[in-house]
Amino acid sequence: MYDGGKIITGLVVFVGLVTFPLWSNVGKAAKKPDPKIDTPVIQQLAEKKCIEPKAFMQAEHMKILNDWRDSVVRDGNGIYVSSSGKSFNMSLQKECMNCHSNKKKFCDECHNYADVKPYCWTCHIEPKEKEKVAWASIEENS
Amino acid sequence: MGINRREFLKIAGVSVVAGLGGASAIDLLRRAPVEASQVSPNPKALTAKRWAMVVDTRKLTGADCKRMIEACHRIHNVPDIGTKQEVKWIWTEEYKHAFPDDMNKFVSDEVKHKPFLMLCNHCDQPACVRVCPTKATYKRADGIVMMDMHRCIGCRFCMAACPFGARSFNFGDPRPYVKEENPKYPTRMRGVVEKCTFCTERLAEGLMPACVEVSNGALVFGDLDDPNSEVRQVLRSNYSIRRKPNLGTQPCVYYIV
Repeated sequence: MYDGGKIITGLVVFVGLVTFPLWSNVGKAAKKPDPKIDTPVIQQLAEKKCIEPKAFMQAEHMKILNDWRDSVVRDGNGIYVSSSGKSFNMSLQKECMNCHSNKKKFCDECHNYADVKPYCWTCHIEPKEKEKVAWASIEENS
Repeated sequence: MGINRREFLKIAGVSVVAGLGGASAIDLLRRAPVEASQVSPNPKALTAKRWAMVVDTRKLTGADCKRMIEACHRIHNVPDIGTKQEVKWIWTEEYKHAFPDDMNKFVSDEVKHKPFLMLCNHCDQPACVRVCPTKATYKRADGIVMMDMHRCIGCRFCMAACPFGARSFNFGDPRPYVKEENPKYPTRMRGVVEKCTFCTERLAEGLMPACVEVSNGALVFGDLDDPNSEVRQVLRSNYSIRRKPNLGTQPCVYYIV
């Protein structure tokens, strides 16, 4: 082999560079998302249940929201009757976020982990979270 | 030693049947609960065959118009930009601009200088709907020309098509220009067109449009198809005009002058 030393050195450098994302992240597992549902509104609920069972909501909430937006905007149907027979207002801002007022810990926690970027909030207004108040008071104290 | 062909085929056959049956059994058990759920309109919703509005300009002063504009824009998070990139759902215009087809050289001083309340005419033959390539703007069964902001791609064909200037484009993010956000209604994003929707979200909850509610009776809103409705009674007993009727879009906002 001509220039064997250079070729092997080059290959080692190449493999090292290509596998950089793998070995540089060894042992640094991303933190498991830990969404919270401990908002004041939910804690006051007698029966802490979402519109559908938890497992279904985890898997299908994006489909429900998609169905809702077409149903409300295009068909003018604003009431959702769930599998348990209860009626709900089909509204992200007025219904979902009324209970789940902690967007950062409820929505963003998993969306950031899974690197999905739903564009709900370019138009829909997210609830004002108390964290901002906490930040303001920290700045005042410092 | 081992299995012969006959035994292998038996086992394979039983496995296939069990596999297929098992998969469908699991599918049956896992059926999504959403299939049992239903959607329906709000029972309190106001309904009509053909929504229309009558503006009684005799009862309207500049202050009244300002109050209505303020109410509408506050409820719908309409940004107050104040440049040529303004966004408006409802606004005022002079007579000569509102009714340019009226070629009379001399009109009464009162009419000449009075502010006329302008909004989307919710036409029967809406030009904007015909040109929209994504059906983001469409005519509902009750006549309201509605915007689906989720579908708007910001091509602005509708703005070119609308002869009434009722549509505004968001050249930038409107959020910084919304003074007080109404948390019950969305804002818009950069690159979409918006306009008056006859307050469909309020009608769906059984409320009259915001401008009608604060008009002290100067605006009448109702069903044009119902001969006994208030709009029809007002139109029967007063002479009214519409904006640019010769274009054939059949506006559904009538003005009593």
